[in-house]
Amino acid sequence: MADNKNNSVAYVAETMLPELPPPARETGVVKWLRENLFSNATNSVLTIVSIIVIYMIAQNTLPWIMNGVWQAPSLAACREVLEGQSGACFAVLTERWNQLIYGFKYPVDAYWRPNLAFVLLLVAIAPVLFFDLPRKMLIFTALYPFIAFWLIWGGTILGPLVALLGFAAGGYVFQTFGKGSFAVGFFGGIVAAFVVWGIGGGLIPEGASENAMLTAVPSRDLGGFMLNLMLGVTCVSLSVPLGIALALGRQSDMPLIKWICVIFIEFVRGVPLITLLFVASVMLAYFFPPESTVDLFLRVVIMITMFSAAYIAEVIRGGLAALPKGQYEAADSLGLDYPQAMRLIILPQALKISIPGIVNVAVGLFKDTTLVSVISMFDLVGMIRGPILASTEWNGVYWELLGFAALLFFVVCYGISQYSQWLERRLATDHR
Amino acid sequence: MSTLTDPPNTGFRLSMLINDTRYRSLTFQVIAAIALALSIWYLGNNLIQNLRAAGLNISYSFLGDPSGYDINQRLVEYDSQSSHMRAAIVGVLNTLLVAFLACITATIFGVIAGVLRLSNNWLVSKLMAVYVEIFRNIPVLIWIIIIFTIMTAVMPGPRAFRGDNATSSMLFDLFAFTNRGVYIPMPWFEHGLFASAGMNWLVVIAGLIGSWFATRRIGIWATAKQEETGVRPKTLLMVLGVWLVPFVLLMLIMGLTWEVPALKGFNFKGGIKIGGPLIALWFALSIYTGAFIAENVRAGIQAISKGQTEAAAALGLRQGRIMNLVILPQALRVIIPPLISQYLNITKNSSLAIAVGYADITATLGGITLNQTGRAIECVLLLMLFYLTASLAISMVMNIYNASVKLKER
Repeated sequence: MADNKNNSVAYVAETMLPELPPPARETGVVKWLRENLFSNATNSVLTIVSIIVIYMIAQNTLPWIMNGVWQAPSLAACREVLEGQSGACFAVLTERWNQLIYGFKYPVDAYWRPNLAFVLLLVAIAPVLFFDLPRKMLIFTALYPFIAFWLIWGGTILGPLVALLGFAAGGYVFQTFGKGSFAVGFFGGIVAAFVVWGIGGGLIPEGASENAMLTAVPSRDLGGFMLNLMLGVTCVSLSVPLGIALALGRQSDMPLIKWICVIFIEFVRGVPLITLLFVASVMLAYFFPPESTVDLFLRVVIMITMFSAAYIAEVIRGGLAALPKGQYEAADSLGLDYPQAMRLIILPQALKISIPGIVNVAVGLFKDTTLVSVISMFDLVGMIRGPILASTEWNGVYWELLGFAALLFFVVCYGISQYSQWLERRLATDHR
Repeated sequence: MSTLTDPPNTGFRLSMLINDTRYRSLTFQVIAAIALALSIWYLGNNLIQNLRAAGLNISYSFLGDPSGYDINQRLVEYDSQSSHMRAAIVGVLNTLLVAFLACITATIFGVIAGVLRLSNNWLVSKLMAVYVEIFRNIPVLIWIIIIFTIMTAVMPGPRAFRGDNATSSMLFDLFAFTNRGVYIPMPWFEHGLFASAGMNWLVVIAGLIGSWFATRRIGIWATAKQEETGVRPKTLLMVLGVWLVPFVLLMLIMGLTWEVPALKGFNFKGGIKIGGPLIALWFALSIYTGAFIAENVRAGIQAISKGQTEAAAALGLRQGRIMNLVILPQALRVIIPPLISQYLNITKNSSLAIAVGYADITATLGGITLNQTGRAIECVLLLMLFYLTASLAISMVMNIYNASVKLKER
């Protein structure tokens, strides 16, 4: 046997063969294509169909966008420039930019005010969104609503100042008395705030707004995308605390409080937002004192806030229910009372679980702000369907305007949902 | 050793109302009750004063008055002499119609997109991701307006179909897509069993329900046979027969004919006209909600662990049966609760009809009737009552279904 082997030595390679490259179909682009696009017959058909669909969409839209006319006074002028070619008339965006963003009645020389308010909004919202920023910035966040109100509506600065003082007084009372008993501090704070508002409101002289540093702008002059943003930001920030209160109320042991919250939440979730906006526009006025005039913006804010608070309450209720019972019992065994247990143990965890849901509600709410165009407020959609498409110059420029509106909303909503996913990863303390 | 002792009986002090847990909840509830009563009294008082000042009262008698407006899209008889009540009923039926249609198509879109998003074809899954993201992040109102614009501004007018060198033509000579709506052929019975068309259709529906029950009987029989002998009898032909034979017979007896729309004068006549607003609303709602349902479906399928697929494959099941028998029944439990809320959303979002002039309940009762009669409070209350009832009914039905598919545990 051994001899045999020795004899056949001539047939054994003495050196390693050079390494061959892998087959072409198993490497690089080809392999990726074979695995991901053409792995079997069905997949190949699907791929080809998708490519055809993409090609058809691109073929129709790309030349239209590329040929776009950016400077022209009217649609007719646009068509002259295009000379029968397919092309968009983006000139409507440049020409009516101010109307799209600010509405058509906001004073032109005051455009810097909402602009400044928007920049400050980014500063104010930053410490809420990103925890790494210095906590001192939250002071500015607390001041921001009053600054923004003053900037956008103008008029006397005394109004927002009194409002701020009221909150400050309430906060001070809560800080002093809240340590002993939460309830005393809480109700005391509310009473203090109302006392300050009552006295301060009486002290503001009649007609203080007339010669103020910033000219007063009535709410009905607000419009455009600014109105969407304002409604969105205001209602989301108001409805989160209200939603927390409703969710806690629904979990409460006190039957009366529980049933008030349940009925409120289920009622609001059962009706469409439009009917609530109808309430705001035609019905709510009947429920205010006869001589008072509460403006439409405030009425709409009240209704949208109620609407989204009900949805946020349900999201937070889910978060509360998801916490293990041990957390509640642990808080009790440490001797914490209800407000302490909620503030220190339950809510931080429950809110963390609820963040994706809350962001979903916020995105939905921001999209729903377009519905105010139905009750003839001139938000972005209202501006497009009303003054701009009805004008003689731009009658018939549908796709550019609607595309622009869609793009603006897409950018904001997609941005928010990306932030929420980032935040979820940041806050994930388990499964690491 | 710890013994439970009663708290020292020192008598009742006022501070105990806040500091003692035995009385505290009572205190808070009394405060809440007083606050509630006060606010109701305040709002009610304002309402009474305002109504008195405006010379109004709360009364629903306006519902019996003639409405004085026309509705194009209607399922029941209605003209401008009919009452406001009748207009509201037309609106209710239109709301239910568009909600029903949109729920079905949204589910179809959503399931297809959700399954395709999990496809191992890179291009297809990315395309579906783009679809979902685009439609979820743009307001549904904008989608409704966009599709409505396509229906009115892009579609050709009936005039384009006329003449020898017509610029548009009917699809298969059966369907006409015009800017006044889509015309489709209408089936009707030449010599029906009953005088009214509705009764004839009821007969057809009864026949189909009968076939469905027969199919179930066949399934039960086949299962019994399989348990007995181990071989499942082939039932395909029987099922086909049970469905087709009665249906075809019924159609032959009643003389089914199709009325094809045709251009007469300035407009199409005959056939069923589906108005542009209905199509815009229907399509926009289904494609928008479909994107949300796609995400629910994807989450539901991904929630089923891979071991289930592998176990089914190890049992020798084919790809299709793995999906039908193992994955989907389990995924359904995850998918159905969010699906319920999507159906509710469709019903509620159908109120956006008012933006494109589709005569749903919001547009008739909450729009024209409200503006004509000035009965804001009554109209809005009725409107809310309808939506509340509809929402509760849908969630009740879907909850019953949910209970029937959910995991039966001890």
